[in-house]
Amino acid sequence: MSDIPKNLKYTSSHEWAMQSNSTEIIIGVTDHAQELLGDIVFIELPEVGRILKKGQEFGVIESVKAASDLYAPISGEVLAVNESLSSKPELVNQSAYQDGWMLKIKPSNLSELSELLDAQTYHDNVEAAVKE
Amino acid sequence: MLKKTPLYESHKALGAKMVPFAGWEMPLQYTSIVDEHVKVRQSAGIFDVSHMRAVDVEGTNATAFLRILLANDIIKLTKDGMALYSCMLNEQGYILDDLIAYRISENSYRIVINAATTDKDLDWMHTQAIAYEVRINPRYDLAMIAIQGPQAIEKLSAVLSPDIFSKITKLNYFSAYSDENFFIARTGYTGESGVELLLANEQAAAFWQQLIEHGFYPIGLGARDTLRLEAGLNLYGQDMDETVTPLTSNLAWTVDLKDSNRLFIGRSALLRQKEAGLTQKLVGVLLKEKGVLRPHMHVYADKDAKQQIGVLTSGSFSPTLSKGIGFAQLESWDMPYCWIEIRGKCLEAQIVKLPFVKAGKANIDL
Repeated sequence: MSDIPKNLKYTSSHEWAMQSNSTEIIIGVTDHAQELLGDIVFIELPEVGRILKKGQEFGVIESVKAASDLYAPISGEVLAVNESLSSKPELVNQSAYQDGWMLKIKPSNLSELSELLDAQTYHDNVEAAVKE
Repeated sequence: MLKKTPLYESHKALGAKMVPFAGWEMPLQYTSIVDEHVKVRQSAGIFDVSHMRAVDVEGTNATAFLRILLANDIIKLTKDGMALYSCMLNEQGYILDDLIAYRISENSYRIVINAATTDKDLDWMHTQAIAYEVRINPRYDLAMIAIQGPQAIEKLSAVLSPDIFSKITKLNYFSAYSDENFFIARTGYTGESGVELLLANEQAAAFWQQLIEHGFYPIGLGARDTLRLEAGLNLYGQDMDETVTPLTSNLAWTVDLKDSNRLFIGRSALLRQKEAGLTQKLVGVLLKEKGVLRPHMHVYADKDAKQQIGVLTSGSFSPTLSKGIGFAQLESWDMPYCWIEIRGKCLEAQIVKLPFVKAGKANIDL
C-alpha cells in the first residue's frame, strides 16, 4: 500500500496539499499517483505569478505509459515552482512528498483546505479503487 | 480468458506488474521501464517472448511454397541456420504480418510470427499451402526467451555448455544454432547484440531462473517497446497493418523483386503501387523540446496546424536520448522537420533517419 502521510490533505485526483504557514500551501502528487504512472519523464508546470482556481488544471505529468492532468487543490497565486523537476522529473517517483514537491501557492481562500480529503478518506478511496 | 506462458509464475515471483497483451498475460515491468531499458543498453536483459509463435514448415515443396508466401526471397538462405526478415502480404500487397524465417535444412524452415496475428497467419498459411502439400506445424510446445545487451553473449558463457557457447560465438548475425534442447539465433528486437532462444516449455522456468542467477535482468514489455522504438524497428498492428504495403512502411528493403519469375503473393500490387509513384512514407520523428510523443498524434506542415500531413503510428520517450521519439506516416512531405500536435499545441520535431540509437548511443545529431 502506498505512503499516505496523515498530516497532509488530498484530492480525489491524487494531489496533496500541505499548509507550511498561513500564507503558503505546498502541492504535489501522491505516492499512489507516481506508482500508477510509472517512470515520470516530463512535467509541465505553470509560471510563478499565475493565478489558479481550485479544480483548475495547472499542468501535466507524463510518464512513458501515460499523460495525466494536474488539478489545483486550492485557489491562489503561484509563489514558487520546483525547478529541479525540469531536469529530474524522476524526483516525483523517488520522493513524492519531499523532493518531488511541485508548487508553492499563496492561498486566496484558506477555507478551501477543509474541503479536501483527509488521509483516511484518501486511503479508503484508493483501496476501493485498487480492488476494482 | 488470458493465456499464460510457461514463465508466468517466474514473473509473479519477481514481482512483475502483469498486463494483457495480444490475449496473453505478460509482464509490463519488474522494476521500472526506464531502469529496465537502461539495463539492456548497458548490460544484459532477458525477455519472455513465448507469446510469439514458431511455426515449422516442412516438405519437398517447402521452399517453393515460401517463395510464394513471403515478400522476401527464402532462396537467399543458402545454408542451414541462415535467417531473413520478411513481410507476408495479401493479394493487394497489404501486410498480414512481419516475421523472421530460418532455414533448418533444405526442405525445412522455422517461421516466427507475432502473438496478435498467430491465428490469422496460420489460417492464411494453411489456405495458401493447399496446392503445395507442405506440413505446417505451429510449435505450441516451445517457449522463447530473448537475451539482449552488450554483455549478453559474454554472460551466456556461464549458462551454456562450453561446446554450445563456442558455437554461438561463431554464429553470424541472423544465423541460428540448433540441437535437441535449444534453438539459438543471433536475432533480436532491441538493436543490441544477443540471441533469441527457443526451448521446450517444461525447461523454460528452470532456464530463466539460471539466467536470473547469472546476472541477467528481467525486462518487461514496457522497455521492449522503448528499446525497439529507439532501434527503429516496426511493431505490427501499430506501424503497419492490412491497410499499408511494405513500400510505404519503411520496409521496402525487405521486399525482393529481383527474380521476375517469382510471383509471390502481393507482387503485382506492389509493382502497380511503385509505378503510380510512392508519396507516403514512414519516418522517424524526434521532438525538439521536452515532451513525450504518442501514437495517433497529428502531424502538420506548419505551426498553426493548417495543413495536416500525417499521423504518428508509434510514440514514446527515449531514455537514451531523453527526448520524445516516434514514427510518423506522412503524405507528400520531404522537409526535414514537421509540427506535432500535443494537447492542442504544435511542437516542432526533426525528421530523422532511423535508427535513433545504435550500439547504445545516439545515432542522430541532437
